[in-house]
Amino acid sequence: MIATHLPALQVVIPLLAAPICAMLRRGSHAWAWATVVSWTMPVIAVAILLQVLEGGTISYWIGSWEPPWGIEYRIDTANAFVLVLVSAIGAVVMPYARASLEREMPADRQVWYYTMYLLCLTGLLGMAATGDAFNVFVFMEIASLSSYVLIALGRDRRALVAAYQYLIVGTIGATFYVIGVGFLYVMTGTLNIADLAERLPLVENQRPVFVGLAFLTVGLSLKLALFPLHFWLPGAYAHAPSVATAFLAASATKVAIYLMLRFFFTVFGASYPLADLAIPALWIALSLAAIVLASITAIYENDVKRMLAFSSVAQIGYITLGIGLNSEAGLTGSIVHLFNHGLMKGALFLLVGGIAYSTGAVTVDRIAGLARRMPLTFAGLVIGGMSMVGVPGTVGFVSKWYLVLAAVERGWWWLAVLIVASSVLALVYMGRLVEAAYFRPAPASSAGDQEMPLSMLVPAWVLVGACVYFGLDTGLTAEVAAQAARGLLGTP
Amino acid sequence: MSGAATMLLAMAVPLAGALLIALSHGRPNQREAVTLVTAAVMFGLVASLVPEVMAGGRPATQPWTVLPGLDLQFVLEPLGMLFALVASFLWIVNSIYSIGYMRANQEPRQTSFYVFFALALSATLGIAFAGNLFTLFLFYEMLTLSTYPLVTHKRTDEALRAGRMYLLLLIGSSIVLFLPAIVWVSWAAGTTTFAPGGIVAGVLTPGETGWLLALFAFGIGKAAIMPMHRWLPAAMVAPTPVSALLHAVAVVKAGVFSIVKITVYVVGVDNLARVGAGDWLVYAAGTTVIVASLIALAQDNLKRRLAYSTVSQLSYVVLAAAIFTPVSIVAAALHIAAHAFGKITLFFAAGSIYTAAHKTEVSELDGIGRRMPWTMGAFAIGALSMIGVPPAAGFISKWYMAGAALAAGENFALAVIVLSTLLNAAYFVPIVYAAFLKPEPAGGPDHGEAPWPMVVALVATAAGTVLLFLLPNLPLSLARQLAGLP
Repeated sequence: MIATHLPALQVVIPLLAAPICAMLRRGSHAWAWATVVSWTMPVIAVAILLQVLEGGTISYWIGSWEPPWGIEYRIDTANAFVLVLVSAIGAVVMPYARASLEREMPADRQVWYYTMYLLCLTGLLGMAATGDAFNVFVFMEIASLSSYVLIALGRDRRALVAAYQYLIVGTIGATFYVIGVGFLYVMTGTLNIADLAERLPLVENQRPVFVGLAFLTVGLSLKLALFPLHFWLPGAYAHAPSVATAFLAASATKVAIYLMLRFFFTVFGASYPLADLAIPALWIALSLAAIVLASITAIYENDVKRMLAFSSVAQIGYITLGIGLNSEAGLTGSIVHLFNHGLMKGALFLLVGGIAYSTGAVTVDRIAGLARRMPLTFAGLVIGGMSMVGVPGTVGFVSKWYLVLAAVERGWWWLAVLIVASSVLALVYMGRLVEAAYFRPAPASSAGDQEMPLSMLVPAWVLVGACVYFGLDTGLTAEVAAQAARGLLGTP
Repeated sequence: MSGAATMLLAMAVPLAGALLIALSHGRPNQREAVTLVTAAVMFGLVASLVPEVMAGGRPATQPWTVLPGLDLQFVLEPLGMLFALVASFLWIVNSIYSIGYMRANQEPRQTSFYVFFALALSATLGIAFAGNLFTLFLFYEMLTLSTYPLVTHKRTDEALRAGRMYLLLLIGSSIVLFLPAIVWVSWAAGTTTFAPGGIVAGVLTPGETGWLLALFAFGIGKAAIMPMHRWLPAAMVAPTPVSALLHAVAVVKAGVFSIVKITVYVVGVDNLARVGAGDWLVYAAGTTVIVASLIALAQDNLKRRLAYSTVSQLSYVVLAAAIFTPVSIVAAALHIAAHAFGKITLFFAAGSIYTAAHKTEVSELDGIGRRMPWTMGAFAIGALSMIGVPPAAGFISKWYMAGAALAAGENFALAVIVLSTLLNAAYFVPIVYAAFLKPEPAGGPDHGEAPWPMVVALVATAAGTVLLFLLPNLPLSLARQLAGLP
């Protein structure tokens, strides 16, 4: 009985939990409540994924209104996978949040943090679960508005500027998205994604559809921070509270990427935007620009959080590159990297947040010699860094394997070489951190620095462990990603 | 115990050893005892596999699947057996030497030194036992990463710079060239499992085969074919035991081992001989042999001279393999073993001189042979092996190499061998001459031999160099098996 309502529960539980959380007066109570809610989410998400893997696509009618008139939650392998990622990251970061936030913000604000976090979680899960294009917009607004608050809660006033910038850009992105959906609605008279997919071929070569596609693409590209629309991201990630950065970096952009996949492949059908129009060349060029330019910027960045943020822009480039390759291997690489990058970047941001817990600001100079004082933190950073480079035995290798394979399949040797060559850039910027932390002498001012508390270290290491585990056992990640890719491409 | 289980255990022993060494921090005697026991157990396990392989057995195991078609797979074949034997035996000797060296020079961070050493050896065995390209690549990268802290051991700016170059060149080349080559093989042949005769024969055109071989030859930066050699001289900033075992044996041999293995089991010797797609490799390797020797001639720093000599000797192995006949493969395999014993002796001697006399330059060595007769005697034997003069092991491999070149009508290779022999003599003989026959300058420090563990180690490897000349049966029969000769 309850199993059939899982898709609704996935979204409704955090939504209803948020106002309750706001009514709790003490940060510790709010934290406990948010943790309980966050921990039920992956249970539901995994149950949904198992249902999908077993019985195929789930279609859930909200209020039993029949689609396309009512709102439908439609979950196939691709979005079930995204639900697992988002909810799992949410569950892992919650134990970490307690100690980290107590250090970073006054007690009266913590309740608001947890409330906004629950709303953000609602929005992200809703965006992934729903099968209605307008409903996506509603959840997008919920997620965005709450994430502006999350970022603005950062420890210094630069967070306000960063949040404001993100607010402007995010609003433009959401507006473009809804304009795009409007055009499609005008042409087809429907907002249901599955229904859109059926009706669009009848009108597909008409100008309003082009315009709609253009608005959608640009709007979502702003949200997922595709180069050169990424400029909001480094500031937002650098100044948000550490735990918010880890959560958003691992989930928010990933959900936007999922929507891009959904529109490109399910709604328009892969052959249309990626084969018939001139998008692929531009798309691949922008992805490569993201990979190369953002990585180079990361190399010269002294603030470690900003460095990791630029690295995120570069890694998103790998994901979009796989989309542009428009093949099963490429899309598998894309989806698996979406998951893998969520793990690695989540782990790295949690670890850096743990360094910030002791040091305040985290710059390359500040962490000199710190490995001796925080051996576990930096051991995790080394493993996360190896994963960024794509060393075999880590998740990064699996992603890169599929992307290179997709390029080789196409016979695009130059692209294969560029993909691998750009990992050397990751070696340089992660290597800088490792070298500073392990091999440079520690300044006298770092004498009081010590390892973050266990409640933070354990979640960070759970993600670090996942980076290695899923690099060796790809049964869950790569196989599910391949199935999702086949589902999106419509191949058996 | 089955061969497969022994292989896994042999790789696990140094990992367990690393853990125990880490736990022995602050108790030097216990730490070094653990190192020695670990090395001895590992060698015992590796040696116990010899009879099975000699009898034609190929112990194999496939403990794990990472991706469909991408397995962690270990298969022991003659070349891997030979490499594993050499590396694990020399680890014992090197550990004895390390104890003397690290204590006498009061090096800091000795525990982490022994820990990373053990990890590096585990990775080396993984490379030797790898049954497919993916497994080889996995341990190849592990070896680079585990030796990086050893290169930067001194923590000076120079050491950090060398470490950067080490990581960038080795990981850079392996990711940019080696990995695409593996993906290409996997995509074209549908497998990366090593098989006698190769797996891309008939799948790739001759032109493609040539490019594939180039990706492997330059992507395997550990083989130090020019211009990928720069990391090796830079890595000499590491403590001498590291230079001796890792940068004369384990790491660099992992490079040429991989190239020989890929030539035999992926691209296929017959295939290459038939399509002629790899003929350029002789020229690339030959040029490296000569140019590196010329550079070595100009080095006054003893370790740098030895490093360039290593670059040159590594390309000997590639040169031999690139003649693409069975006899040339025998020569390549033999030279892996022969050079290992000779070069580790030379490095041991260099470290011994540094420890006893604090001298690092060739020009300071006048008359040192009378103060350090054992060290310089061993050095002379190592030098003979490099030049290829009996009674040293280098003679045998060079003999086969020259024979293969002659039989195949490879005049260029033959010319390289002759010329480089002269060059080798030109940069080693003067050292030995100066050490024993020139008078010692007045006013130098008064010193004797290095601490006894170091002397024991370098005498042992020098003796090994001679023994390998007198009794070459074991490596020779493994090499012949590899090449498919009776």
